[in-house]
Amino acid sequence: MIPDRDRIAERLAAVGYVADRDLATALWLMDYLKRPLLLEGEAGVGKTEVAKALAAVHGTELIRLQCYEGLDQNAALYEWNYQRQLLAIKAHEGAGMSTDAIEEHIFSEKYLLERPLLAAIRRDTPPVLLVDEVDRADEEFEAFLLELLSDFQVSIPELGTVTARTIPRVVLTSNGTRELSDALRRRCLYHYVDFPDVEREARIITTRLPQIDAALAQQVARMVAAVRKEDLRKVPGVAETLDWAATLAGLEVHDLRQEPEAVHETLICLLKTHEDRSRLTREVTDRLLGKVA
Amino acid sequence: MPAETIGTTMRRRLAGFARTLRDNGFAVGLAETRDALTILASPAAARPSLLAPALRALFCATRSDWERFDEIFAAYWQGRGVRRVQRSATAPGESRSTAKHIAESMMSQRPHGMPDAVEQGEGHHGDEATDSHDRRNQAARSERLGATDLRHVVDPDEVAQTHALTERLARRMRARLVRRERARRRGRRLDLRRTIHRSISHGGTPIDLVWRRRKLKPLRLVVLLDGSGSMDLYTAFFVRFLHGVVDAFRESEAFVFHTRLAHVSASLRDRDVAHAVDRLSLMAQGIGGGTRIGECLAAFNRWHAKRVIHSRTAVMIVSDGYDTGDPERLAEEMRRLRRRCRRIIWLNPLIGWQDYAPEARGMQAALPYVDLFAPAHNLESLAALEPYLARL
Repeated sequence: MIPDRDRIAERLAAVGYVADRDLATALWLMDYLKRPLLLEGEAGVGKTEVAKALAAVHGTELIRLQCYEGLDQNAALYEWNYQRQLLAIKAHEGAGMSTDAIEEHIFSEKYLLERPLLAAIRRDTPPVLLVDEVDRADEEFEAFLLELLSDFQVSIPELGTVTARTIPRVVLTSNGTRELSDALRRRCLYHYVDFPDVEREARIITTRLPQIDAALAQQVARMVAAVRKEDLRKVPGVAETLDWAATLAGLEVHDLRQEPEAVHETLICLLKTHEDRSRLTREVTDRLLGKVA
Repeated sequence: MPAETIGTTMRRRLAGFARTLRDNGFAVGLAETRDALTILASPAAARPSLLAPALRALFCATRSDWERFDEIFAAYWQGRGVRRVQRSATAPGESRSTAKHIAESMMSQRPHGMPDAVEQGEGHHGDEATDSHDRRNQAARSERLGATDLRHVVDPDEVAQTHALTERLARRMRARLVRRERARRRGRRLDLRRTIHRSISHGGTPIDLVWRRRKLKPLRLVVLLDGSGSMDLYTAFFVRFLHGVVDAFRESEAFVFHTRLAHVSASLRDRDVAHAVDRLSLMAQGIGGGTRIGECLAAFNRWHAKRVIHSRTAVMIVSDGYDTGDPERLAEEMRRLRRRCRRIIWLNPLIGWQDYAPEARGMQAALPYVDLFAPAHNLESLAALEPYLARL
């Protein structure tokens, strides 16, 4: 097998994700070494999209675990369906079953609620497991995740050890709100996702919005790149670019230079705080437009 | 092609590369090296353009690794001269005598008779305490040191002792804060799910109630230390203080700035105190050209604030407020910082000096955004901070 980095890039493009070559390499390596991939980068650069595209490429299910502060094993791994268990106890007591039999019964598969992590290791075809914004979870959870990622088995006291049927492809994303532990970082392959360059962003626009004309896509990408260089509080991400491009296409703008008015007014698609909005005055917009065109 | 078929020379080269990375601060373990061998044995090795990104994904663990990797890779495999991280054992505060001289000249330049509205009292108190202890000549030595202005501590023994005291102080702050947290173990809301779970063993009667309480975030302390020339007299002590803080607080971050901002938490986590302090003192030494507090704060706000600041974060700036940058810039950045964090504490060693008024332009610009403007010229003034921090 010749490393099919380019083929991975092509296949990602086919499902609507325009990857750069380094990311394609990392994705190939992930399969080759069977290691999880840690994606870092600013909000809005398309980290989550990578996992979605990966699932689409391999034609498998995407299992997503959104991390948040206070996320615990019950919400991430498994939980017993207590209400059903209680009902079952009452029902079986009435029927005169022995205690042992009841216990056997209520701690069976039927009463187990599968949460994302358990689901990911119990599929017959390896799914893509996306652990989103892992930096939001607590450190304890991170340690637990690390254990799962190295052994791919889980012990449920009442049921016994569940070993992975298939090893899922694991993608972790982090926004850098908290420093991750060295152990977790070392366990993973690392890729820093940057804002796409102008060429790639233009390609992303044309891929996602096929009806847009190529010249406008190019102009939009250049303009967004210029806006990102300004000193903003919230740097616009790729999703914002797409919104803006769609808006411009909807307003039937064909050339940014011809309609500076429309450009300035639709910049709200890119700028999401009052401060940024007031920073990009009409003059600034015109100056940027001048550079772009 | 299995990994075993790779020649000894190649293995050795790879081991050397891993070592180079380790020397440059990468966390590279045996597992990574083994996987690197697998990559070399894979078809990827036939295409050099693929090799660098593959190894980069494998060996890097942080963004800074990511940014430096290409250079190190090129240097090692294409022989463009490896630049290793410099370690120096220069003792902190070597230039004490010259520094003292500068300080004295600065003292004489200071206009007298300016009233100081902010916390001058404690500074005076410190000086008086020194005098009275000296007169009675019976107080414990450590107590006396506590009240002595740090810039007057010159005897090597006393310096060592002050350093130890500074660190102990930082640790004590931590202990106090933790005890506060334990006292609060009381639930507010009933955890229904868990209560039902517990009740299963009682046949469905809820006997054990399980409560939820909001998880307390421990206070995080972010310290920004001015390492510029005008702070030279105090830097060595504050570096010690910083080490104590970073070591003792589970959540703390440390930065040093003069003309640039440097994130130094990692260097401070070195268990060997002397070693850590040496490394840091070197970084802290300003290259001259003044202090750009505004720009450094801007860099902090832009690149670090999101990661290191959460809702229970106190930012402690240790600086004399002599800013060679634009005061408006400083005010703007202070305003931004104010919005993000819980409290801003500005420690200014100069407050302890007699007749000090915060008239430096930078200080004036920053003051409206500061919650606590306090002296930090001796150990007592540092100790006085502890109750304030505990209340946050």
